[in-house]
Amino acid sequence: MDLFEHQAKELFAEYGIPVPRGVVAHTVEEARAAAEQLTGRVVVKAQVKTGGRGKAGGVKVADDAADAQRKATDILGMDIKGHTVHKVLVEEASAIAEEYYFSFLLDRANRTFLAICSAAGGMEIEEVAHTSPDKVAQIPVSPLTGVDSARAREIAQAGGLPEAALDGAADIIEKIWAVFVDEDATLVEVNPMILTQDGQVKALDGKVTFDDNASFRQAEHGSYADKTAEDPLEARAKEKDLNYVKLEGSVGIIGNGAGLVMSTLDVVAYAGEQFGGQRPANFLDIGGGASAEVMANGLEIVLSDPAVKSVFVNVFGGITACDAVANGIVSAFTLLADRGEAVTHPLVVRLDGNNATLGRQILSDAGLPRVELVDTMDEAAKRAAELAAVGA
Amino acid sequence: MAIWLTQNSKIIVQGITGSEGSKHTRRMLKAGAKVVGGTNPRKAGTTVDFDGVELPVFATVAEAMAATGANVTVIFVPPAGTKSAVIEAIDAEIPLAVVITEGVPIHDSTEFWAYALSKGGKTRIIGPNCPGIASPGASNAGIIPADITSAGRIGLVSKSGTLTYQLMYELRDIGFSTAVGIGGDPVIGTTHIDALEAFQADPDTEAIVMIGEIGGDAEERAAAYIEEHVTKPVVAYVAGFTAPEGKTMGHAGAIVSGSAGTAQAKKEALEKVGVRVGKTPSETARLMREVMRSR
Repeated sequence: MDLFEHQAKELFAEYGIPVPRGVVAHTVEEARAAAEQLTGRVVVKAQVKTGGRGKAGGVKVADDAADAQRKATDILGMDIKGHTVHKVLVEEASAIAEEYYFSFLLDRANRTFLAICSAAGGMEIEEVAHTSPDKVAQIPVSPLTGVDSARAREIAQAGGLPEAALDGAADIIEKIWAVFVDEDATLVEVNPMILTQDGQVKALDGKVTFDDNASFRQAEHGSYADKTAEDPLEARAKEKDLNYVKLEGSVGIIGNGAGLVMSTLDVVAYAGEQFGGQRPANFLDIGGGASAEVMANGLEIVLSDPAVKSVFVNVFGGITACDAVANGIVSAFTLLADRGEAVTHPLVVRLDGNNATLGRQILSDAGLPRVELVDTMDEAAKRAAELAAVGA
Repeated sequence: MAIWLTQNSKIIVQGITGSEGSKHTRRMLKAGAKVVGGTNPRKAGTTVDFDGVELPVFATVAEAMAATGANVTVIFVPPAGTKSAVIEAIDAEIPLAVVITEGVPIHDSTEFWAYALSKGGKTRIIGPNCPGIASPGASNAGIIPADITSAGRIGLVSKSGTLTYQLMYELRDIGFSTAVGIGGDPVIGTTHIDALEAFQADPDTEAIVMIGEIGGDAEERAAAYIEEHVTKPVVAYVAGFTAPEGKTMGHAGAIVSGSAGTAQAKKEALEKVGVRVGKTPSETARLMREVMRSR
């Protein structure tokens, strides 16, 4: 899960990392009040979980409260790379002398953590890393030894930070390491970390990504979730413990195993090219077990998507053999009927693996309305795309 | 023969008394694997019955190894306890630890990987979040269904569980020496490259199927390795061509960020070094059939 800038800064403040004073505003009136409270020049910053806000015009300096209100009017409701701005952070303006870059992150390729530090921080850091990689220090950090104050200072020096900033930067780096470890983050980025004209080092921006696998020991992380951005179908699926992602197409997808479902999306998109560009409507992995109840919940979610015109159920019977999966589908229809949710779209079912013949027999004997059996994944994808195209 | 797991492998199960651990111990035994015991510190000294086979429960991996001669451990411990279970296996210097557990925090897997390296890498770790390793007809360590395929001369390495099963099933008439599910997490022990190296050296493996998915650069690195070191034919499949940028598809590793890590980039890297990449799992199976027919 990614945090908004203001959430990252609130977290930084809890760890004693210096950040500018700021107030979150959801309306122009709140933005004006925030600027009045802060007094003096302020910065109005769009709160969206994407980069390139500055270049998109989502960060503006305001001279006073009236100006802050005008700037907030411009920014609230803006679209930045597909993200609508629902709130702004109104923050005291900082007198910046220098801008640095700093982050801790997971280095997948080397299976360790990495500190990245540079005296050339700011909006062009990716360009700098590309053209002058020697100006961007990349330092492996072992999870076994971590980062103490001496190591933090070495990292700041390796990044080429000047003497005047070293003490302040080392202090911040050590505290960012604490955030990274204690909060189970996979990324903590501060860009820019600034040296102010009066010699203080501060975090002027913050990007934090939490590891969702650690939620069992990070109970408070749930409170950071952004309910406004959540797709309503995804939210309903989450309540039912379903691994569902809403996509843009018309062929509903249900399968078992993340890899197989991802592959199903590809195969449907290829097949859909012959039928006016039909695409998968969702990703839904019902897991290895594929029980009747999970199948019913999955069907209910997929069928309640108004964009769905046909559904492709693609199951490989491994540990749970195909006869059990077929019985699950039959029971799912009964469960849905009991809930008053009739199956209104055609279902193409492909069962493969253990007891596939028996599973297919069970399904055809059940005579379920609107269910078609197709033997192979490729042919089934084609049929599902075709049915979606005719809008049956 | 096979890689890493043979009919002589003696397997213990960490978490043998838990629901997943006991369910899959029963399945492994049924598949002919030599499961010789398990661990649970709270139930040490007791035994567990698996359809007439009494398996001893030990307090630690080291004790289980001393008593049974075990050289493989399969870990079914829940995420909160996985790190200490793996560290215990590393400390006992067991040659192979297969970590099935899904949902292990990344800080934990990064830490146990660093710990394994600091101890000299004596324990091969497969996983976490993987289906395990199966050498059909010889042994099975994990949750790969044993009855979907047969013994043969194809080696398989995959990030994805069900796609592994799909390919094993489609090519069941030709059969497999060993199938290794390395898992889709961002930090894993055994990589595609480790498996490619072992299959290249295994006299009983004639050709290799490699299954990848979006995220990270493991497939690109594997392509570079194949160019330098692998002379056996390799056929590959990559899932996730239509996955939207930035959306997680169930595997923590399957996150696209920028151009690197896309399915297209992986396909191109593999094709550049002469690997044939199937557009669908079935086409991948067809390509492998052609390879085996021409041998």
